[in-house]
Amino acid sequence: MSALFEYIIRLGDDSLILGHRMSEWCGHGPILEEDIAMTNIALDLVGQATSLLNYAGQVEGNGRDGDKLAFLRYDREYKNTLLVEQPNGDFGTTIMRQFLFDAYRKPLFEKLQNSSDKQLSAIAEKSLKETKYHLKHSSEWVIRLGDGTEESHQRIQEALNTLWRYSSELFYTDEVDATLLSQGIITDIAEIRAEWEVTVKNVFEEATLQIPSNNWKQEGGRKGMHSENMGYILAELQYMQRAYPNMEW
Amino acid sequence: MKDINISELERKFQEKIDKDIKIEPKDWMPDDYRQTLIRQISQHAHSEIVGMLPEGNWITRAPNLRRKAVLLAKVQDEAGHGLYLYSSVETLGANREETIDDLHSGKAKYSSIFNYPTVSWADMGAIGWLVDGAAIMNQVPLCRCSYGPYARAMVRVCKEESFHQRQGFEIMVQLAKGTPVQKEMAQDALNRFWWPSLMMFGPNDAESKHTAQSVKWKIKRHTNDELRQMFVDATVPQAELIGLTIPDKDLKFNEETGHYESGAINWDEFWEVVKGNGPCNKDRVDTRRKAKEDGMWVVEAANAYAAKRAIRKSA
Repeated sequence: MSALFEYIIRLGDDSLILGHRMSEWCGHGPILEEDIAMTNIALDLVGQATSLLNYAGQVEGNGRDGDKLAFLRYDREYKNTLLVEQPNGDFGTTIMRQFLFDAYRKPLFEKLQNSSDKQLSAIAEKSLKETKYHLKHSSEWVIRLGDGTEESHQRIQEALNTLWRYSSELFYTDEVDATLLSQGIITDIAEIRAEWEVTVKNVFEEATLQIPSNNWKQEGGRKGMHSENMGYILAELQYMQRAYPNMEW
Repeated sequence: MKDINISELERKFQEKIDKDIKIEPKDWMPDDYRQTLIRQISQHAHSEIVGMLPEGNWITRAPNLRRKAVLLAKVQDEAGHGLYLYSSVETLGANREETIDDLHSGKAKYSSIFNYPTVSWADMGAIGWLVDGAAIMNQVPLCRCSYGPYARAMVRVCKEESFHQRQGFEIMVQLAKGTPVQKEMAQDALNRFWWPSLMMFGPNDAESKHTAQSVKWKIKRHTNDELRQMFVDATVPQAELIGLTIPDKDLKFNEETGHYESGAINWDEFWEVVKGNGPCNKDRVDTRRKAKEDGMWVVEAANAYAAKRAIRKSA
């Protein structure tokens, strides 16, 4: 399996699974304007997943397209981070999950725009425009909730305490990244992490939130080892393709 | 003296209506006209918002990425329609949150079609094709409604509804030409959604208590039965085209009138669902109420933050 395929799958699965989570909010948002905003983010993420997984299929060259990759893999073959599969919880938890992710995705797509891989660079350029909006939206809400009422402060701090352990996996690297780095397809993740740390620090400061002192980290998704949540996500996501195999919809 | 002034205002108001001049928020209007519009537009807004739920039910299970994206976009459009309809209601002096609370208390109604469950993927097709198809029949004439903000909102809504109707029909076409199990799924959805779709146009003209006045005020341009007939005439050939059967054994084409004649509608079922006894009435309203209650702390936080910012700015 090529390093490029594996890398695109990781990016695509992050979009697919987070898009799935965000789409669960549709019709249940705290206010109508937010319902629209979250559905929009879900739509962007599903769009990114479509571009990325279609491209992964092309790179693989075994006749699998985006749909086959999105709906017909086994759980261990999904390579999204544990962060994006975490349950929505309350609105604060969803926003915190989104913020930690957006703050990583923005510098990532900025760098990938300059990738020597033309297709990846084109997808990054298109996705970056959306991701900037997502980051603006999630940062503003983290600040609003953190510096809002006592209850909202407590809830968003609790969300940060819960999700912080999943943030380091965003910067997970292995031989896949080393190979692509040497080929000039990606840049050093350290630059992306440095930018993420600045964004996170600034936003949390304005939101009056404390980064948890417990530095325990949870990783595994990038290698296909997921949380218990993943089976339920796939049960829904794959339901039609598994129940009615080999049909056109 | 005052009475004479009022009747003079009413005369001028009706004159404008008769000349097809739009009524705008700041214009004088009879209180009954205002109340009729508040009732109708807020019901319309509630229908859009409650209508997100039966389709939202299938977003996470959509069968492929394209269908998922289209369904997300469609349900999001409905939220958008709700938003501009609530804004129209506000131009009449009503409060958005109060009208939403009326929905949650059961005082305000919404389209009873959304009280039926979506139990298969084909229901996404049937809803787009039939429910949005019926909504278009109802709403296209509303683009010429006498109240300006409502008429203008409807222009945009109708453009999007027409896309919704096409995507629904496209789902049905795909299923109808698919495997036997897919075709059966499509027929089953048509069987369940056909009659409730006909009921969407409301009671027969003889039973409709609001129609006459609304026609005079040009809020309504056609009667319920006229619109229902237009819908049947447009939809029956579409079903035939894709090889599905309309579940009405009395349905026949009248060569003389050029119209299809339907069998009798089960109005007892309609009134039961309107009263709250449909399969999903309680779930739908409970879900909306829960969304608002669960979101209260978010709204409070946003307000508190805005207030703090205003103080900091002025300091």
